[in-house]
Amino acid sequence: MSPGAEALAAVLLVAVLAFAVIRPRGLPEAVAAVPAAAVVLLTGGLGWSQAAEETAQLLPVVGFLAAVLVLSELCARDGLFEWAGQFMARRSRGEPHRLLLLVFAVAAITTAVLSLDATVVLLTPVVFATAARVGVRPRPHVYACTHLANGGSLLLPVSNLTNLLAMTALGIGFVQFGLVMLLPWLAVLVVEYLAFRWYFAGDLTVSAGAGVAASDEVALPRFSATVLALTLLGFVVASLAGVEVAWVAAVGALVLAVRAVRRGQARVPEVAGALNLPFLAFVLSLGIVVKAVVDNGLADAMAHLVPGDDSLVALLWWAGLAAVLANLVNNLPAVLILLPLATGGGVGPVLAVLIGVNVGPNLTYVGSLATLLWRRIVHAHDHEAPLGEFTLLGLLATPVAIVVSVLALWASVQLFGGAL
Amino acid sequence: MKVLVWITEATWPACVDAVTDLFPDAEVRLLAAVPGDVAAQVSGARTGLWGRGAGRDPGARVTAIAEEATRAMLDAAAGRLGRPAQVELRTGRVEREVTAAATDADLLVLARDGDLSRLGPRSLDRHTRFVVDHAPCRVLLVWPGRAPGLASIPPPPDHP
Repeated sequence: MSPGAEALAAVLLVAVLAFAVIRPRGLPEAVAAVPAAAVVLLTGGLGWSQAAEETAQLLPVVGFLAAVLVLSELCARDGLFEWAGQFMARRSRGEPHRLLLLVFAVAAITTAVLSLDATVVLLTPVVFATAARVGVRPRPHVYACTHLANGGSLLLPVSNLTNLLAMTALGIGFVQFGLVMLLPWLAVLVVEYLAFRWYFAGDLTVSAGAGVAASDEVALPRFSATVLALTLLGFVVASLAGVEVAWVAAVGALVLAVRAVRRGQARVPEVAGALNLPFLAFVLSLGIVVKAVVDNGLADAMAHLVPGDDSLVALLWWAGLAAVLANLVNNLPAVLILLPLATGGGVGPVLAVLIGVNVGPNLTYVGSLATLLWRRIVHAHDHEAPLGEFTLLGLLATPVAIVVSVLALWASVQLFGGAL
Repeated sequence: MKVLVWITEATWPACVDAVTDLFPDAEVRLLAAVPGDVAAQVSGARTGLWGRGAGRDPGARVTAIAEEATRAMLDAAAGRLGRPAQVELRTGRVEREVTAAATDADLLVLARDGDLSRLGPRSLDRHTRFVVDHAPCRVLLVWPGRAPGLASIPPPPDHP
């Protein structure tokens, strides 16, 4: 390809990312990304066959993501999160420490099973309401949700879009992924929990006492919970049988969608809306633009930055690099850029990259420095809440969580490496 | 006498009771503040998802829930006080809002919220510490519940 096309692809990538950060007039990211991908293809920045190959690799990933988005939305409409809120309120018995532990458990499981999007969008408001209902200060519990949305998204491929991309790149199964990531996931949870106990010690001493008003009874939505459990089981079975797990997610989503529509819980356009097609188009387009940049120069340019082995030091280096890159813009482009480089090194480096891009965004409250800077510029004259309140906890907990998690990953690869 | 009572989660009944016991004839204003950073943190997390979770801002949801819950807390406090009182809800940096609201009060009543298992240290959390440090009026610090015994104070450091 010509140097001109190379440079053009790089400029387009910067433009696509800038658009995604700035979101002029709240337009979807796809508005810039789809035309950019078209220009890359038309100017020969990426061959049509390579683009088709990249798209074929990404399609099951975005399909999986779409199905999980629908699953979590319909579970929410069926009252699963309200039930979880009631469960946490009862079990906490007015004790903020107990509530924090329950929030950690529920947020970590929600993130692991229904992805971080569900935790941020669907669970967090419920957790706030739960804290208010129990009568304790909500801040630690709400912050826990936002931290665990990122930090708790290491366990399963379905927990984070980045994991789906990595699983596809590595060609490992759902079960193997979960097996190797169990220890790193637990490591992050422990570090974050200790950080929260320390940072919010003051807020967590104020106990409401046991006299919590037992408000309206919310029954466990058995159907949704069962479909969710069966879907999860289906992931395991499909993965062992070598079937694409996206199909299992699609079946689960379809079952819930048919029921929700028949019961009037959701209308068909709402289910279609939950698929979030513009975002899926964005992921596919971003994949093409990034591939053009990586294949034509960036991979060579970064070759001296990345380690060649999978020693513990190398894993720490990969995770650090990934965290820095994720914090510059966002974890999605970071993982798209780093995966092709890390895949050659095998399982360890790829999963270390995931630790960096998944846990790293906790460093800032908006997920990346570019977004943070942009928001500070836009909101300079507004009374936006103080930066220190958000970031100190992130600055303290995130680096430690990444290092401890990488140590756990290294141990995990030694233990289970043979099974991969 | 104008008494401003800072109403916060869990500790507000102690403050209301203190006013009832000590200042039965005072003109009472009940104040609660919704912290701005919590909703902003949630909106920020949503921003980090880029286009996912489209069309919904959980931060706005949290703001609505927070205001509703805080109003309910103020209503409960007014009910417990059982006599006419002004009720005020503010939003923003809690410690600054409470301090500002105290400028035209003769007395600010608030609860201590540090480690409640012993007399101290620390008796005050960050934001409460700010309010006590900067209050432009007299301050009454209330123990929520029964205060622990003197034995809960750590022994003095050894002097040579």
